[in-house]
Amino acid sequence: MNDLKLLRACCPASWRRGPSRTLSSQSSLGQGPNPKYDLSQGDPDSKKGLLGSMTSRFYDVQQLREWIFSFWSWNLYRKNKTFSYTAKHFGPNVAAAYFVLTQGGAVRFQGQEWIGAQDMRQFLRNSPQLKMLLLEEVDASGCVINYYGLENLVFLPALRSLRLCGCPYVDDWCLSRLHSLSSCLQELSLAGCPRVTERGLACLHHLGNLQRLDISDLPAVSNKGLTQILVEEMLPDCEVVGADYADGLEPLSEEEEEEKAAG
Amino acid sequence: MFHRVLLLGLSRGLLSRGLRTRSRGPFDDKDGKWEEFKKKVQAAWPGGSWEPFSDTSHLPPERADVVIIGGGVIGWSVAYWLKRLEARRNAIRVLVVERDPTYSRASTVLSIGGIRQQFSIPQNIQLSLFSIDFLRNINEYLAVPDEPPLDVQFNPSGYLLLASEENASVMEHNVKVQRQEGAKVCLLSPKQLKNKFPWINTDGVALASYGIENEGWFDPWCLLQGLRRKALSMGVYFSHGEVTELVSSVRPMVTSSGEQVNIKRIYEVHVKVNNSLEYQPVECAIVINAAGAWSGQLSELAGIGIGPPGSLQGTRLPVEPRKRFVYVWHCPQGPGLEAPLITDTSGTYFRREGLGGHYLGGCSPTEEEEPDNGDLEVDHNFFQERVWPHLAQRVPAFNTLKVRSAWAGYYDYNTFDQNGIVGPHPLVSNMYFATGFSGHGLQHAPAVGRAVAEILLNGHFNTIDLNPFSFNRFYLGEKVLEHNII
Repeated sequence: MNDLKLLRACCPASWRRGPSRTLSSQSSLGQGPNPKYDLSQGDPDSKKGLLGSMTSRFYDVQQLREWIFSFWSWNLYRKNKTFSYTAKHFGPNVAAAYFVLTQGGAVRFQGQEWIGAQDMRQFLRNSPQLKMLLLEEVDASGCVINYYGLENLVFLPALRSLRLCGCPYVDDWCLSRLHSLSSCLQELSLAGCPRVTERGLACLHHLGNLQRLDISDLPAVSNKGLTQILVEEMLPDCEVVGADYADGLEPLSEEEEEEKAAG
Repeated sequence: MFHRVLLLGLSRGLLSRGLRTRSRGPFDDKDGKWEEFKKKVQAAWPGGSWEPFSDTSHLPPERADVVIIGGGVIGWSVAYWLKRLEARRNAIRVLVVERDPTYSRASTVLSIGGIRQQFSIPQNIQLSLFSIDFLRNINEYLAVPDEPPLDVQFNPSGYLLLASEENASVMEHNVKVQRQEGAKVCLLSPKQLKNKFPWINTDGVALASYGIENEGWFDPWCLLQGLRRKALSMGVYFSHGEVTELVSSVRPMVTSSGEQVNIKRIYEVHVKVNNSLEYQPVECAIVINAAGAWSGQLSELAGIGIGPPGSLQGTRLPVEPRKRFVYVWHCPQGPGLEAPLITDTSGTYFRREGLGGHYLGGCSPTEEEEPDNGDLEVDHNFFQERVWPHLAQRVPAFNTLKVRSAWAGYYDYNTFDQNGIVGPHPLVSNMYFATGFSGHGLQHAPAVGRAVAEILLNGHFNTIDLNPFSFNRFYLGEKVLEHNII
């Protein structure tokens, strides 16, 4: 868990809370003709922590924080690199499986049992035999897969089920890549992904063969009930599990209920 | 009794006025005076903004290396990339001048925010590809420590361009070029189109091109503020003012064929403060014209276009403001969540807005129908006559719609060939253009900013070759025409 501590130290305070405060409609930026850009004095030092308060006073600490952040960012890209060597020699299915297993997920080949991250050694030993098989199910829940890591998964010819529950970096851009799986994907789960919004869900209409879609617990979707209805209309053959239609609607007050009962 | 005497005596003494207001000497109002003193010391301290003779904090600096005229998305993008690509930290002093702090007439904020790779000129496709990459990784480019992350609210729904019989072959050729450059576009026949989007009426449609990835629409205000915030944090100077004069020095030179040519160099930019007669002459090395719809007027200040017609001196910058309308309507039975930004064969376009059954769209008028561009008043007749019939014909559900609101904005319209102008002017040696994009400036802004920074700092384009978009083509008569204009 050293990753988490480093992250807390060097990431700006508000990034950790997720997409709560964004810059879409802010005005009054810039400090006039004064060339020095003042960091916002509003945040109290106690919230930022020692590293944060030192950063606003010393250039060296600011540079150190930037280095830590760029290292963390580079690490994320390293975990999401394309397994092109494996793909060239063993085929896209084995490469995708290797990728998911190194991230900590689980895979299932056609006609085989689930392979989890703990069976990695056995998987590596068996990979020449698995070359012929097609990857059917991928469970990447909780993995740090992002837009670039999906490169390994979107060209699978027979992927039937993809589970991305609780992936912190899966966002709308990732969803727009899933159209290449339209011929085979039947089950997709996006439950609990903090960055997926209704804009990304709009591009799931390419997945014509989808039979089960799980969109429960998406904190960034603005209007869950309405989104559920619109997604169901968009994918008529698919069973959409997730929010309740009445989500986001306020319950009737007592007077209105009485009126309804009377009228 | 003593008690009463004490009260009587002391009440007329210290206690009646309170201990604080006892004396009216130099220690009166200690706290207020202390604050004033602290402010004066801070201002006079090295590093403060103290001016010995008069307060000029509202004026731009007296000297700047690069003056960018125009604070829209292109102007700020150029400022950001100049700061990002400069050789050493604080090597260049960049000043951005914008006359309207409310951005009430700026094309950036009035745009519908679409981005597409479906162009016919390879450079345009490459510009869009880089820009979408920039938007995808916007927080890596524009993150400022301790500030909230940017959310451009990108809708990856794609663009759907419809073509009639005559344009089908042009569209096929365009899609081939787009695929070669790396755009993800697919061609659909009318039957496939009807399958995918059952609410479209495919009469008159011979072919459709659908961008399935990296196309859609986003929030232009967020991009503008993100670029601005990051550029300011990197040390870009900023001034609210209008450029009233560009003072230049002239140097007569002789070409290899013996002709005399006057090479101009702008050495001063007069920036006039809003609502005042005060102006600041800013000495500069380079001037960048990113004034959008008003770039033509600005270039006349530099003397571009003043000369015998047909000569290089007489070639004006052919950018003028053209008014375009955007209408927002509500149609509860309209297309659902999957609707892309659809461009009809007639030039009418629309897209979904939000989740409540709202749509926005418009149409580019032909040359004869160009509305008067004096103000930004909306012509609702235009919707009734030119937009609605085509909408209703293409999407029958739009027969019953209700217009909720509308607005108008300017295109920085290049009357020559409707494509951007990037690069230096041949005669005014230190004026660079980044304007004239005729409706697709927003989607090319990050890439154009990088290109202008490259040609300024390195003398040539490194990543995307924008030499076809230079000013020289107006004199040479070489049009760079785009076959997909919205």
